[in-house]
Amino acid sequence: MIYRENGQFKTSYKNDQQVFAVTQDRIGIWLLLAFAVIGVPLLADEYLFRAVLIPFLILALAALGLNILVGYCGQISLGTGAFMAVGAYAAYNFMVRIDSMPLLLAVLLGGACATVVGVLFGIPSLRIKGLYLAVATLAAQFFADWAFLRISWFTNNSSSGSVSVSNLNVFGISIDTPAEKYLLCLGFLVVFAVMAKNLVRSHVGREWMAIRDMDVAAAVIGIRPVYAKLTAFAVSSFIVGVAGALWGFVHLGSWEPAAFSIDRSFQLLFMIIIGGLGSIMGSFFGAAFIVVLPIFLNQALPALGALVGVTISTALVAHSELMIFGALIVVFLIVEPHGLARLWSIGKEKMRLWPFPH
Amino acid sequence: MGPFLETLIGGLMSGMLYSLVALGFVLIFKASGVFNFAQGAMVLFAALAMARFSEWFPELLGFDNKLLANLLAFGGAMLVMVAVAWLIERLVLSKLVNQEGITLLMATLGVTYFLDGLGQTIFGSEIYKIDIGLPKDPMFLMESTFQGGILVNKEDLYAAAIAAALVVGLSLFFQKTSTGRALRAVADDHQAAQSIGIPLSRVWVIVWSVAGFVALVAGMIWGSKLGVQFSLSVLALKALPVVILGGLTSVPGAIIGGLLIGMGEKLSEVYLGPMLGGGIEIWFGYVLVLFVLLIRPQGLFGEKIIDRV
Repeated sequence: MIYRENGQFKTSYKNDQQVFAVTQDRIGIWLLLAFAVIGVPLLADEYLFRAVLIPFLILALAALGLNILVGYCGQISLGTGAFMAVGAYAAYNFMVRIDSMPLLLAVLLGGACATVVGVLFGIPSLRIKGLYLAVATLAAQFFADWAFLRISWFTNNSSSGSVSVSNLNVFGISIDTPAEKYLLCLGFLVVFAVMAKNLVRSHVGREWMAIRDMDVAAAVIGIRPVYAKLTAFAVSSFIVGVAGALWGFVHLGSWEPAAFSIDRSFQLLFMIIIGGLGSIMGSFFGAAFIVVLPIFLNQALPALGALVGVTISTALVAHSELMIFGALIVVFLIVEPHGLARLWSIGKEKMRLWPFPH
Repeated sequence: MGPFLETLIGGLMSGMLYSLVALGFVLIFKASGVFNFAQGAMVLFAALAMARFSEWFPELLGFDNKLLANLLAFGGAMLVMVAVAWLIERLVLSKLVNQEGITLLMATLGVTYFLDGLGQTIFGSEIYKIDIGLPKDPMFLMESTFQGGILVNKEDLYAAAIAAALVVGLSLFFQKTSTGRALRAVADDHQAAQSIGIPLSRVWVIVWSVAGFVALVAGMIWGSKLGVQFSLSVLALKALPVVILGGLTSVPGAIIGGLLIGMGEKLSEVYLGPMLGGGIEIWFGYVLVLFVLLIRPQGLFGEKIIDRV
């Protein structure tokens, strides 16, 4: 009754091609954005910013990048942590070695370096497919792990191998409170999400999806696999590199190569699988799920135990988190292999008809 | 020449140990088409079971003979692995029958986390010992030809022998028994095998149990070398390049891939490592596999990937 499109006629091509074609959708997204920009900084406390919101924003950005590669172009990549590391360390080197380098430029240049590395490690995808490609991208992951640990030029010859950044400022405004960091990440995320959504609706996006669905047939009808696959790697690595730079600069402040290990790659892959492959919205849902779940379990498990009268030790909580996480992944994959985004679109379909059954 | 041979032999033997873990991957992929990321967690789970059972059984049943304790622990751990295989087949595999590869891969990743947590909950999270009587002292070969002789680790030699025996046993199982024939039929074509009456779910339970047995042997050997601790589950990541190099569907490929990667890792660490700053073992295997895949995209002995368009 509320979500009906009756009476919404499009009278120009521009209107017909809108991302949010239904007025209720458009109002909803503007309200959400307004809440995110104005409401959340007023209502959230520092813990919520540091532990939930900022990681969610940055990891949603990285999941967006990975979704473009895996969900839209069909190339399985397990090396995302490496590309994040390249973005972070490159941005760090630009900041440290060039005086008065603006933060935004350093982050974007870090993304550009990640693009170069991503295209380099994407070249095997022209020859290798499927699971073999997944393991080949692990080569990128382990190589980056080693390179940032052993090659001291990358860490500006720091003795401990960890680097740190401080005093962030954008256009003269210094970014030190959690609310300001949150707004900076939100800005990056909104810009990149709009760019990504437009990219996947353009001819490049259609080429990616054609390669994903049937790459031989796509090549037969004239889509160049080299161009499509390498641009997918390039765009994806750029976004992931920017996310990595943000992760190091804004969320961590100081980091070492272990922050971008293979666990990070798996975490991002889980996000896009649970959120929904091939869906921009899905990256957000997946990131929210994976970021909130450990925190929720951490609070809920001892509370549940206290309810039953059993004190659960922290070790047991940690092990149970692993078990519940693993079990939830499997349950999710069985119940809805297309992810939360599919559940969302099913919900919207039902809302269109509500309160009628059909 | 002496140090070179030493490094070579050391590499070959550590390669055999990798192929033990890789065998589990290949077995499961051959028969059910699932890339079982949980193999490492299964190695850890099996090793934990065996280590703890070899402590608990003597206490519970009140005897002191170490050989008997080890045998009973092995049998108990094997039963546990069969139970795990059956549960995985019932709860995970049969529900995800026609899904794409990446979904199954993610499901096995979920199983990995679950087994990690479960193993540590039931069996504890400290470092445990497995003592199956492998001699730990080194041996010096060819003392007359090379000065000081070539150092060969007796434990690795025994492990390599056990691995070779396992491979021979598995090949005999696959070629000579009717169950082995059924497994090979399922590996070739699920639907055809089902249509001639081979019970698919039972075959999958058998395959995962055999993979569990291989994981148990691997866990036993690695556990007696390193002690049973969490890092065993990271072994899977070291065995992945072996699987891919040999080809996902080939048992001899797993062995030869293991030997090549083991050899390559050790030799590169000793000869290339000092030039590049050391520690290149972690990525050498993967980069080697990357280059081989560029020339042969299906691995050295894998089946050619045929695309139907």
